[in-house]
Amino acid sequence: MIEEKFDAIVVGAGMAGNAAALTLAQRGLKVLQLERGEYSGSKNVQGAILYADMLEKLIPDFREDAPLERHLVEQRFWMMDDRSHTGLHYRSDDFNEEKPNRYTIIRAQFDKWFSQKVREAGATVLCETTVTELAQDAYGKVIGVRTDRADGEIHADVVILAEGVNGLLGTRAGLRERPKPDKVALAVKEMHFLPRETIEARFNLRGDEGMVIEAAGTISRGMTGMGFIYANKECISLGIGCLVADFQRTGETPYGLLDRFKRHPSVAPLIEGSEVKEYAAHLIPEGGFKAIPQLYGEGWVVVGDAAQLNNAIHREGSNLAMTSGRIAAEAIFQVKSRKDPMTAENLSLYKKMLDESFVIKDLKKYKDMPALMHTQSQNFFLTYPELVSKAMQNFLRVDGTPKVEKEKTTFKSFIKARSWSGLFGDAFRLARAWR
Amino acid sequence: MSIEPSVRVEDKLFYNRYLVDAGRAHIKVRPHTTPSPELLSMLKACPARCYELNDKGQVEITVDGCIECGTCRVICEGSGDIEWSYPRGGYGVLFKFG
Repeated sequence: MIEEKFDAIVVGAGMAGNAAALTLAQRGLKVLQLERGEYSGSKNVQGAILYADMLEKLIPDFREDAPLERHLVEQRFWMMDDRSHTGLHYRSDDFNEEKPNRYTIIRAQFDKWFSQKVREAGATVLCETTVTELAQDAYGKVIGVRTDRADGEIHADVVILAEGVNGLLGTRAGLRERPKPDKVALAVKEMHFLPRETIEARFNLRGDEGMVIEAAGTISRGMTGMGFIYANKECISLGIGCLVADFQRTGETPYGLLDRFKRHPSVAPLIEGSEVKEYAAHLIPEGGFKAIPQLYGEGWVVVGDAAQLNNAIHREGSNLAMTSGRIAAEAIFQVKSRKDPMTAENLSLYKKMLDESFVIKDLKKYKDMPALMHTQSQNFFLTYPELVSKAMQNFLRVDGTPKVEKEKTTFKSFIKARSWSGLFGDAFRLARAWR
Repeated sequence: MSIEPSVRVEDKLFYNRYLVDAGRAHIKVRPHTTPSPELLSMLKACPARCYELNDKGQVEITVDGCIECGTCRVICEGSGDIEWSYPRGGYGVLFKFG
């Protein structure tokens, strides 16, 4: 056993873990961070978009040396059927600002930089160490962790579980349930390398400008899911994810879905001639507000993906992870400053502070969206994209048909596919869940 | 009708770096005679195609190409079909980009 006792042990060195470890170390606490990868980032997978505001709260001058790819000036939403996409694009020169709001990043590189900041702040970071279980006393209070290293029990006043979406330790210790197949999505992603100029020409970008495409429709074959294409400096992150329960139900393969997405006529020209250098897969929490587990207990708190904190509608996760890590650390610092013990009662401060932040407020706003999207996946991901595509084509194709008849055809196609009550019901349910 | 080209996952995994912990599989399939529906679904759902059917109709796993996503745990651990852990520290997939 390692005799040294720490104020806090942070399990995991992703966005949430690094934010927590940094915040605690900055406030002078004795912190040990454990990471199973060879360095922070080597096990971490994300699209990835970085949200500047949440990082500024931790490292105000991060733009000086953080490995950033491109700042986003354009967002494209695509509704796809098998041969078309209907897009809603937003691009603004306002995003070319002194301190841009969102960036594309490459997680393995970014996390390595983030981890360096954690070390510089004074935390002890131990990599290549898998935490196998939580150490608990006779009353169930968490008093530390056990690792796969020899004599691997280490003690601390509080353990911050930033172990990622799988939340294995929490489940093993009976703190929370294993994620359910209908509450997590499986996403697969490839890194496509192309010359910088090619990427800029294909996506209409200048200098370090960046853009992202979020796509939904028949690409997910009736499952609840989305595709994405993010422009980095010299590569494109391209991926697609669907609910695990849907993969289980349909027998679709993740790599089959990915390859079909790549061959879509709207996508293929964007990645033509690229060299693929990595294939990754990752789970994404999709259950929203209703899937958030118990966030604290005797001697522990849980943050980030392990707490299922992900906003599926806005595709935001890393910012929720960073913020929850920071807030948990601030709460622990307050408890510590009062010289109070790390009991569940005292650590409930973390939940109280998180409830007041955008993290829980945003998830609460969309609390009914997951259920709606997951149960109506056929309509939202197959029927409507096809109807919209046909309507757009009907609108644009000039073939001598009077416009009045064209409109009638489009109108009838919607009624036929969903009926009056279906259409109103969908609109009503969507509006209510969005509210 | 277009013909679906078959996707070779092996080629995709070839891009990745791994440090294989020989003789210490981090995921184990419970011995069985007939696989459960959960276990069978892994033949398709595993993104690295680590699960395969042997000639006796049983599901086997080879973890060398595992990308540690946790999909099989979410589907199969509850029914007791598999035992799931992370690899030992430093082993397994080593993402260059993530």
